[in-house]
Amino acid sequence: MSQTTNVVLNARAVARTISRMADEILELNDGSDNLIIVGVQRRGVQIAERLAEVIREREGAEIPRGALDITLYRDDLQTVGPRPVVGQTHLPSALEGKVVVIVDDVLYTGRTIRAALDELADFGRPARIMLAVLVDRGGRELPIHADVVGKRLDVPRGGRVDVLVPSLDQRDEVVLLGAST
Amino acid sequence: MSGSLLGKDLLGLAGLSREQITTILDVAEPLKEISERKIKKVPTLRGMTVVNLFFEPSTRTRISFEFAEKRMSADTVNVASSGSSVSKGETLVDTARNLEAMRIDMVVVRHAGSGAARFLAERIESNVINAGDGTCEHPTQGLLDLLTLRDKLGSLEGKRVCICGDVLHSRVARSNIWGLQAMGAEVAVCGPRSLLPGAVREMGTGVQVFDRIEAAIEWADALNILRLQLERMHGGYIPSLREYNRVFGVTRARLERAPRDIIILHPGPMNRGVEIDSDVADGPHSVILNQVTNGVAVRMAVLYLLAGGRAALADAAKQGGAA
Repeated sequence: MSQTTNVVLNARAVARTISRMADEILELNDGSDNLIIVGVQRRGVQIAERLAEVIREREGAEIPRGALDITLYRDDLQTVGPRPVVGQTHLPSALEGKVVVIVDDVLYTGRTIRAALDELADFGRPARIMLAVLVDRGGRELPIHADVVGKRLDVPRGGRVDVLVPSLDQRDEVVLLGAST
Repeated sequence: MSGSLLGKDLLGLAGLSREQITTILDVAEPLKEISERKIKKVPTLRGMTVVNLFFEPSTRTRISFEFAEKRMSADTVNVASSGSSVSKGETLVDTARNLEAMRIDMVVVRHAGSGAARFLAERIESNVINAGDGTCEHPTQGLLDLLTLRDKLGSLEGKRVCICGDVLHSRVARSNIWGLQAMGAEVAVCGPRSLLPGAVREMGTGVQVFDRIEAAIEWADALNILRLQLERMHGGYIPSLREYNRVFGVTRARLERAPRDIIILHPGPMNRGVEIDSDVADGPHSVILNQVTNGVAVRMAVLYLLAGGRAALADAAKQGGAA
């Protein structure tokens, strides 16, 4: 048995996908007013940065950004145990009346987003929360769906989708790792 | 990595690796932000019960642990020796076993006997965190000192830290020496010979001894000024408090002669005008209140890293793996 690696999106495709996602966010929100973009640590933060950059180019507006680390909101401490890496959480001041876009790299079981929603609620009550993901790979275990999806893939349980970003991985692509015989 | 990073208990910094200490400090760093929130709470330890078992009086450490526990959403119970069955002669282990029979998850213990925390940890299933045992160790104080120093100095590697004063009676000194050495810092002690344990040299070949505070100030990047433990002074260790201040007190005049900016730490409670003067304690070099703030974050990190993962640990034990 060996691992197969398929590049699902290369650097140019990632760039195209992110601009399209930014457009969809602007359409859904009818512009950039009251928008706050919040990335989930770690790779969601990188994608949130890129979305904010595209929105700045399109609308000439600087969108407030934040980061959420959901480690302390996970539901598997009792079974899996503590994770030795906890990232920074920071949010721009008040969330009241704002439209918060949570950004993550891959949407899978939905448990990360459940945790992110809980954490966000500790900071305030936004007018609306949206979810934007670069890849939706299916396999949900909770009733959660994304409002903006870059790429839909149907990946079986044993497979893995990795989003590689330049600042952390020195690469800019989405790869699918699957066990094959 | 998960679950067993620190093992079941935190009893001391002796024997912890640089990697383990770095992980605790790295986890503590982002946890500081939680105390700045409007809702100062995360749900991490929901449903877990922590007992603070204090056989010695303590205000700062107990309150700091209690804040840490509550900000992580644990349920907490405080047991102090006075007003409990401890004052009726119940032993440490009996007290803890009775608490365990009520299904608790963790015990934070402070006790006058050196080695009390380890003694307890070996006899109960709950996680044990040492909050100070006799003159042995006070690991969370050591960790918060390391975090405070790292905040200011960037890295501890090669940095010079002098622990001043009553090293003989100080578990804080011991935890600091072990922790600082693990992190690659140079460590010295300074104080009257009567208050430096003969064992100081055994603690590590690298521990320098200064007899004069002026020499320590010239050498150090940071001074950790210990409290003169007046309640433990039955042996005539020093001639008088005024004499101690004159020879070993850290004063502004002495600091002004330092070749570089020195960071001033003190674990509290301070004897102002004895080991430290007020204008130093409240001055620009002092990080004493940062230590207090960092104490909560470090204790939150320790609670988190010891919590949960019982199933993962049990599986690993069954498979004979040291996961």
